Amino acid sequence: MAAPTTTSGPRRTRTLRTDRWWLPPLGTALGLSAFVVYGLVRTFMNTWYWAPEQHYLAPFFSPCLSEACVPGASHLGTPFPDLAPWVPPPVFVLPFVFGFRLTCYYYRKAYYRAFWLSPPACAVTEPHRRYTGESRLPLLLQNAHRYFFYAAVLVAAVLTYDTVLAFHGVNGGVGVGLGTLLMVVNVVLLWGYTLSCHSCRHLVGGRINHFSRHPVRYRLWTWVSRLNGRHMSLAWASLFSVALVDLYVMLVASGAFPDPRLIN
Amino acid sequence: MTATVGNVEPLRGRNGAMGQRVRLRVWRGSGDEGELRDYEVEAEEGEVVLDLLHRLQATHCPDLAVRWNCKAGKCGSCSAEVNGRPRLTCMTRMSLFDPEETVTVTPMRTFPVIKDLVCDVSYNYVKAREVPGFTPPAGVEPGQYRMWQRDVERSQEFRKCIECFLCQDTCHVIRDHEENKEAFSGPRFLMRVAELEMHPLDDYDGDRAEEARGEHGLGLCNITKCCTEVCPEHIRITDNALIPLKERLADRRYDPIPWLFRRRG
Repeated sequence: MAAPTTTSGPRRTRTLRTDRWWLPPLGTALGLSAFVVYGLVRTFMNTWYWAPEQHYLAPFFSPCLSEACVPGASHLGTPFPDLAPWVPPPVFVLPFVFGFRLTCYYYRKAYYRAFWLSPPACAVTEPHRRYTGESRLPLLLQNAHRYFFYAAVLVAAVLTYDTVLAFHGVNGGVGVGLGTLLMVVNVVLLWGYTLSCHSCRHLVGGRINHFSRHPVRYRLWTWVSRLNGRHMSLAWASLFSVALVDLYVMLVASGAFPDPRLIN
Repeated sequence: MTATVGNVEPLRGRNGAMGQRVRLRVWRGSGDEGELRDYEVEAEEGEVVLDLLHRLQATHCPDLAVRWNCKAGKCGSCSAEVNGRPRLTCMTRMSLFDPEETVTVTPMRTFPVIKDLVCDVSYNYVKAREVPGFTPPAGVEPGQYRMWQRDVERSQEFRKCIECFLCQDTCHVIRDHEENKEAFSGPRFLMRVAELEMHPLDDYDGDRAEEARGEHGLGLCNITKCCTEVCPEHIRITDNALIPLKERLADRRYDPIPWLFRRRG
């Protein structure tokens, strides 16, 4: 056995981890930033969100509730006025959808790690001198997650309605295009993400202590718990699918891409 | 693992298995004073980090302090940090590491070091005592508890805890902020609160969710899930204990709708 040798290497270094611990938070930061930038550009682009021939409405603009919406895009009426050219229709709905993701327990973990570095990774020292977590304002507002969940359920229902409308054929009757299929996948992923939410899990049954007295709620809780185990995957998949469908509708509406029709 | 380090000759183990020398870097010292020291140790196939620490103890540094007991991942004694990650040394196989890699073993960072790899974990016992115990309903004696499995299975998951305190060690709320130790009980004891809060027979007359916030600092938790990542029992601490506790607290404190439907009296 070799004689022990002393190395300089205090225990109090930032981390002694030797793996690439910085890679997941970097990937998260890039992924979330790309989505936010795309969302902002798309929202303020304020065009090419309705493909009238195929009945495709871009998810970023659904429901389109402003008088500024292009004709045909407002399936639920236009209760909001056209305030200004720089106030696009999504500003009435997107804050709720954005709030749902912002206060989501998975995304909180993701952005606390990736952007606030609190901590950047497990057993890697965070750079902040003080830490109060979610015990004070503004982060105390994370407790409003369940209200954003209620709003997200409504938006998911509207997007489901949009998807049903996308089954219109270009020559009338029933039709299916590539966009229809993408919208179906998107709405399934959105429901999966919404229903796998921790607040949903709590509200359907997690809050009760005697499951045996509430067999239906227990069954619901069991289903949601199973989905909840995939909440992170569903969060990313639905984020990607929303952006993809939005991009697809934009390309179809602008005429840059002809929607391949499978049926009518 | 069939590793060789540098050009050192392979050795034969007791059972004929091929052995090799591996490099260990171990924290040596007491209190705040200490240093990382390098050693070369013989290793045999299938061994874990704790085996090598014991060999180091037996062959070269008999004064090396290591806390251990079962060597089966069930007593929670041999918690340490291996290459910077909180782990049970008895469950960390050497085959996990690259043969050329120096394996660094340090004590848990969150707790004061007594000597070498042994920490003073009494913080945890103080916090444990602050959680009011299970309170059975009046007139029900131990041995008379009757519960449906579905009612108690959530709490049972938390009973798998072996109290290795790796979750406490990795939690940045106290790992990086010593000043939070007084206000924050850590994931292990918030999980204990959740276990009792969800228990179908617990008749505690206080409000455990509210106490989780006030007495145990639930609000400091920002659910970054490191506790879940390091748990050797694979308890879903964040998803099944901390977040449900936060949701129950939201019921009581931040959500007016349940107030409207809450039974009075």
